[in-house]
Parts: sequence; structure tokens; C-alpha cells
Amino acid sequence: MNSPMIYALLGITLFSVGLYGLIVREHLLRKILALNIMGSGIFLMLVALGKRSAGELPDPVPHAMVITGIVVAVSATALALTLMLKLVEASGSAVLHDAPKDRS
Amino acid sequence: MIDFFSMLFLLAGALFFLAGTVGLLRFPDLYTRLHALTKADNVGLGLMITGLALQAESLSVAGKLVLIWGLVLLAGASVAYLIARGALLRGVLPWKR
Amino acid sequence: MEALDFALGLFDILLVFLVLSLAWLVMSSEDLFRAIVLFVAFGLLMALVWVRLEAPDIALAEAAIGAGLTGALMMAALDRLSSVKPIQKVAASAQRKQLSLSSKVLPLIALVLIVLGLGYALLSLPEIADGLTPNVKENMAQSGVKNPVTAVLLNFRGYDTLLEMVVLLLALLSVWSLGGERKLSPRSTNPILGSLCRVLVPVLILVSCYLLWVGADAPGGAFQAGSVLGAAGVLLLLSGWHVEQKYLLWPLRFILILGSGVFIIMAAVLLLIQGGLLTYPVAQAGWMILLLESAATLSIGATLAALFLGGVPKSRVDQ
Repeated sequence: MNSPMIYALLGITLFSVGLYGLIVREHLLRKILALNIMGSGIFLMLVALGKRSAGELPDPVPHAMVITGIVVAVSATALALTLMLKLVEASGSAVLHDAPKDRS
Repeated sequence: MIDFFSMLFLLAGALFFLAGTVGLLRFPDLYTRLHALTKADNVGLGLMITGLALQAESLSVAGKLVLIWGLVLLAGASVAYLIARGALLRGVLPWKR
Repeated sequence: MEALDFALGLFDILLVFLVLSLAWLVMSSEDLFRAIVLFVAFGLLMALVWVRLEAPDIALAEAAIGAGLTGALMMAALDRLSSVKPIQKVAASAQRKQLSLSSKVLPLIALVLIVLGLGYALLSLPEIADGLTPNVKENMAQSGVKNPVTAVLLNFRGYDTLLEMVVLLLALLSVWSLGGERKLSPRSTNPILGSLCRVLVPVLILVSCYLLWVGADAPGGAFQAGSVLGAAGVLLLLSGWHVEQKYLLWPLRFILILGSGVFIIMAAVLLLIQGGLLTYPVAQAGWMILLLESAATLSIGATLAALFLGGVPKSRVDQ
């Protein structure tokens, strides 16, 4: 197995670890961390698969997409954190609760 | 000859990093750990930079390497101070035997 | 060479192991502060991974944003979380359900299956696939720059970058409309922080200009330069930079929309002259891209710093 494949597999595993955290952990800040880790996993897979080209240079298109992706991820994270703070202001806890039964 | 010297510097730098890491893991409290980290890493990085600068193709590359070292020295020292001050203000007591 | 390959292979395995265990620790550690610090370490190691994948452009962006700014944003949010005053206390009565064992184990099993399935799909892909590399290589001569990543970002897929600038602006607008007004923090009395700022901020601005300039033919470009500029802004905000209110109104907004604005004007003009969105005339492509990148750098830097503030900036009234 060559090294790009190892990193592509790492990307898959990171995505799954993040997804696990997103499902199991309750605190919203942790869920935002989990989303960031999932994103890193996806970026890693994109770039690692772009390195399979026969020439000496890796494919630059996934590189460009991942760079924009990283900047979008940080702005989305900032928005998510602001939403979290708003929720805490309104409800007093940073945990998502199920809607009460009688209202559903 | 140059290769030999840069290898020597790199190895010495790695040794300092190792010492710093051992200190980070083994020292008893935050302040001593910071001490181990900044002292060892600054010197270790300096040695590494020297080793790499000997291999540099041009003077400008060597200059950039030295600039990186300067920035790390500045940032490392200031941040270590800020962390230690923050910890003191929050009431983390220094370790006494 | 054999020995070097072996050592690099060993390094790869070590790096993969470290990144994976850090990700797991970020998810499993109980203390949120610790999780954020571990996440920053995770970002730094990811930058190393990008270097190993021969993607220095991404490594620069990751080191500045993934490891730096995201961590700073999280730290700031964690700090505000402890000082927020809830309007009403509903959650106190809603008892915290302890997750049952099955609801922890079942996702784990499902995820192992996902990893196996995706891994199988990955390993069944062809060993060598060129993707879009030949297309990029063919058109490099007409792109006006020498760094293929910059060529893709600003020329071949320039409209992606245009829309991305708009996304950044939208994120900031949402944060502003949700976060309310936020006063700039008071001047720090700490002499070390002040002098660090005075030395570091000019250097960061210089580095940002360098990254912007060098991006045409080496790793670097608008995004890396912009995030370095954003880091300088965060540093200034932390040390209590005083900005008068009049600069926070129209001048700030002008810088924030400069990137998308110049992009849109350029796209419209080129659409009229060249008949295509962002299809540069070959001879002028170089300086046009530099112009777009300069505007984008300023906007990205200002937007990232403003996102860190987390609300509409308001000048504090100095005595």
C-alpha cells in the first residue's frame, strides 16, 4: 500500500470518528468540534485521491477546493458558535433537548 | 564536510526536543513544564535551523529560516509568559517539594 | 534512497496514528477546554499531513486557520459560554438523560461498518487516475500565473472563489445579525502582550503581503495571506486595539465587501468584453489575478477578524 492510500484511509476513519462524536456527545461545542474533524477527514480523502496521478505533480484541482473548503469551514464554525451562544442565552443549556411530547 | 556539520546540528537539536518533551511529560507542575518546553524548544529549534541553513541553496532561504527562528523565539517566550500569568491569576500554585 | 523511503513510511504510520488518536481524544475527553487544545494540536498535525501529501498550499491554510483561528474562535466561545446569562431557565428542570449503553455501542458498530464499506470502495479504485491534471497542465501557459493551485483558484474555477467570498460575507452577516453589538475589549494592561503585538503585527502584515505576491508562482495566495492578516486582526483585538467609531462604520464595511465587489465587477466587465465569466485575456491575466487576490486578501482578513469578535463591532468610549 502506498502512502496516499494510507492517508485516504485515515480520512475515512477521521470522518467516522467525527460522526460518532456528533451522534454520541451531547454538548453543542463538542458537536461543532466533531463537524470540523469530519470536514478534515473529507478534505484528506479528496487530496489523497488526487495524488494518484501518473505525473510528478499531484492534481491541483482538489487542492484548490480544499483551500476554499477550509475557509468556508471556519466561517461556518463561527456561525455555529454564535448560534450555540444564542441557544444558551435562550434556554440556559448548551445541549439539544427533544421537543416535549405534548407539543409534537 | 558541510553535510557532517548540519547532521551534527540536527541531531543536537533533536536531542534538545527530546529533553523538552521528557520535561513536559515528567515535570510536576505547569510552571516547570513551561520552562522545560520553552527553553529546550528554543535552543533545539535554533540548532535545527542552523543545520538546515547550512544546507540552504541561497542566502535568502537561510535568512527566511533564521526569521522563522526569531518569530518562534518571540512568540514562544511571550506565550509562555502569558500562560504562566494566566495560571497564577487563576490561583494555580507553583509546585513545592 | 531505500532507507529514506523506509524512514518516510515509518513517519507516515506514526503520523496517521497520532492524528487518529488526537481526533479520538478530542471526542472523548470530558473537559471542553482540553478538547479544544487537543483540536489545535490536531490541526497542526494535519498541516504536517498536507506537507506529506505534497500540498504546501493547503498546509499553509491549515496551519493558519485549522490550527490557529478555529481554536481561537472556540476558546472565545467557551469563555463567553461561562459568562452568558440565560433569559429563562428551562433546561435546569429538564433532566439530563444518561445515554444508555446500547445507544453508545450501536453507533459504534454502525460506524465500523461505514469505515469498512468506505475503505473497501477506496481500495477498489484504480491505482492511477489522472483526474484533471492534464487539463490544468495544458492550460497553464494561458493562466497568467505559475502556481497551478492559484491558476485553478483564480482562473480556471474563478467563479468558485467568487461565490466563496460571498459565502464568507453571508456568514459574517448572519453572525452580526445574531450576535448583536459587541464592544471592542479594553486596552490590555499587560506590557508583554502589548509589545508582542507591536512587533508581531507589522511582521504578520509583511508576511501576508509576501504570501500574496509569491502565490503567483509558489505556494501561497489570497487565502493564506488573508488568514495571516486575520490572525493579526485577532491579536490586535485581544490586546485591546482602539478603533474610532467612524472607522467601524463605512470604512470597515467597504473593506468587507471589497473582495466580492471587485470579483463581481471584474466578472461582469469580462463577461461584456470577453464573452465569458472571468475569462481573462491572456496578456492581462497576471495583473488581473493579482488585483483580485489583493482585494480578496483584505476582505478575508477583515472578515475573519470580525468573525472572531462575534458581533457588530462597537468602539469603546475612551476616557
